[in-house]
Amino acid sequence: MLRDITLGQYYQAESPVHRLDPRTKLIITFVYLISLFIFTNPYVFTLAAVFLILVTLLSKVPFKFILKGLKPIGFLLLFTAIMNIFFTDGEVIFSVWKIEATKEGLERAVYMSVRLVFLVFGSNIMTLTTTPTRLTNAMESLMKPLSVVKIPVHEIAMMMSIALRFIPILVDETDKIMKAQLARGADFESGNVIKKTKSLIPVLVPLFISAFRRANDLAMAMEARCYHGGKGRTQMKPLRYAKRDVAAFLISVVYLMAVILIGHYTGSVKL
Amino acid sequence: MSLFKRKNNTDTGKEYGPEGSGENRKKYPETDTPDPDGKNSSKDPRVPLLVADHLVYEYSRGTDHLVRALDDVSFSIKKGEFIGLIGHTGSGKSTLVQHLNALLSPVSGTVYFKGEDVFEKGYDRKKLRSKVGLVFQYPEHQLFEETVFADVCFGPKNIGMSRKQAELTAYETIKKVGLPDECFYHSPFDLSGGQKRRVAIAGVLAMKPELLVLDEPTAGLDPKGRDEILTMIDSLRADGEMAIVLVSHSMEDVAQYADRIMVIEKGKKLFDGTPHEVFSHIDELDEIGLAAPEMSYVMRELKKAGIDVNTNVLTIPEARDEILKALG
Repeated sequence: MLRDITLGQYYQAESPVHRLDPRTKLIITFVYLISLFIFTNPYVFTLAAVFLILVTLLSKVPFKFILKGLKPIGFLLLFTAIMNIFFTDGEVIFSVWKIEATKEGLERAVYMSVRLVFLVFGSNIMTLTTTPTRLTNAMESLMKPLSVVKIPVHEIAMMMSIALRFIPILVDETDKIMKAQLARGADFESGNVIKKTKSLIPVLVPLFISAFRRANDLAMAMEARCYHGGKGRTQMKPLRYAKRDVAAFLISVVYLMAVILIGHYTGSVKL
Repeated sequence: MSLFKRKNNTDTGKEYGPEGSGENRKKYPETDTPDPDGKNSSKDPRVPLLVADHLVYEYSRGTDHLVRALDDVSFSIKKGEFIGLIGHTGSGKSTLVQHLNALLSPVSGTVYFKGEDVFEKGYDRKKLRSKVGLVFQYPEHQLFEETVFADVCFGPKNIGMSRKQAELTAYETIKKVGLPDECFYHSPFDLSGGQKRRVAIAGVLAMKPELLVLDEPTAGLDPKGRDEILTMIDSLRADGEMAIVLVSHSMEDVAQYADRIMVIEKGKKLFDGTPHEVFSHIDELDEIGLAAPEMSYVMRELKKAGIDVNTNVLTIPEARDEILKALG
């Protein structure tokens, strides 16, 4: 029942996007996110959509799969849209009691929603085509320069990869505990919000205990193998850029230039 | 909260088509008393406690990783029976037992409890879960209350018992599973592994189920704890009312206690009969990698060595008698 969460999930496939160096993907995703925020106009957004669709097709990840990952932001989307529509000054379309919906608000709501969807969609493609291990490797590699100012880059990357690794485990565990409590007559559905929240205690307490137990075991296992942080540590499969990474960078540079050019000549919509 | 609601939707058993269940309903009266009404049948003593009717279950449907975990499994359980359910890891045992209290709903086929289809719309599945008590693997991982007593009260309170009644039942049950009095107000997390497991089993037992299903209740316990738990489970059927399904992969455990054994392999029911019947298929069991009780092997070797013994022997006392007899 909890398996719909796509965060940190990997979609196994053979595609050029999967084969790219994770650092390349990380940087391009970052560039893409920036491109969404430079200009606000329909032409730029269309270009961004085309880019997104092409990359998705290339990655062989089914659209359905990514769209499922968008579900969790549905509420956020609705909330921001409503706030924008009703609380922006401008030309009034209709009003409910003292709250007025405005044309400007509607416009802003549409742009914001589209931007948010592209944002999550784009980063989902990255996480779906990159295993968590490679992703954290990439972050470690990209943040290396920060170790000069005594930031424990390796340790942070290790913490992140452990956290990501534990998401599916804890999801499974939650599923099991919920079933066990259902078998004892627990009810997670009926009643008001307070009752529903209370009904989660029998799930949360065992879940936390299990998380601590797992953390303890893992720490012990790491210590037993003499783990002592990043100093002097080498990798079995070090990251290396290949020709396809250069190609990918070139494409993203062309994309960014196109966005800037189109944006420059069409201008931003005033919001 | 939407996460939980979805579960409910699949729970209502929409997944199997009407034609499938119609066919099943026709088959059902053949094996037992026909009763179109279904209401009276629950009182008829001839109706089995629970009937699993051609259950099929598939994991990861609609993807290319489809796994058929249950393939046309049917059986019935009578009142007071002690059934051993045996199979490898991944054979579908755990999937099967989750159908018995409607935690999973089958792709096709259905389960009847006292003659009523539990996947029918409007069937009270919460009540079913109190009547078919399911103890999961490592049940101590579900404990959450501050005291042992409060944790055992959780189930009875959920099914609508009054506070007093729930506490009374909890008291009785904790006694029944053999926990000492001083444990009552301890935190369940301070107990030993075996004791925790007893508390967890008590938590299910306190709902007074008519069928108790235990999924590998001895996993991860030392031999002493294992024997204690099994003896305790055996003692639960003293009054002959409650039926028990014991899921295990230890042949010794099951052979010693069960009246009937079912063997599941790759989602299919392979054997179903008394321990002696099932373990007479020692070669087939060997083939799928499920060993028969050790004594069966001893007797087989003795026979090969030319000593005239009955090879269908399961426990050590039985083997002792048989060898003494053969030696005169």
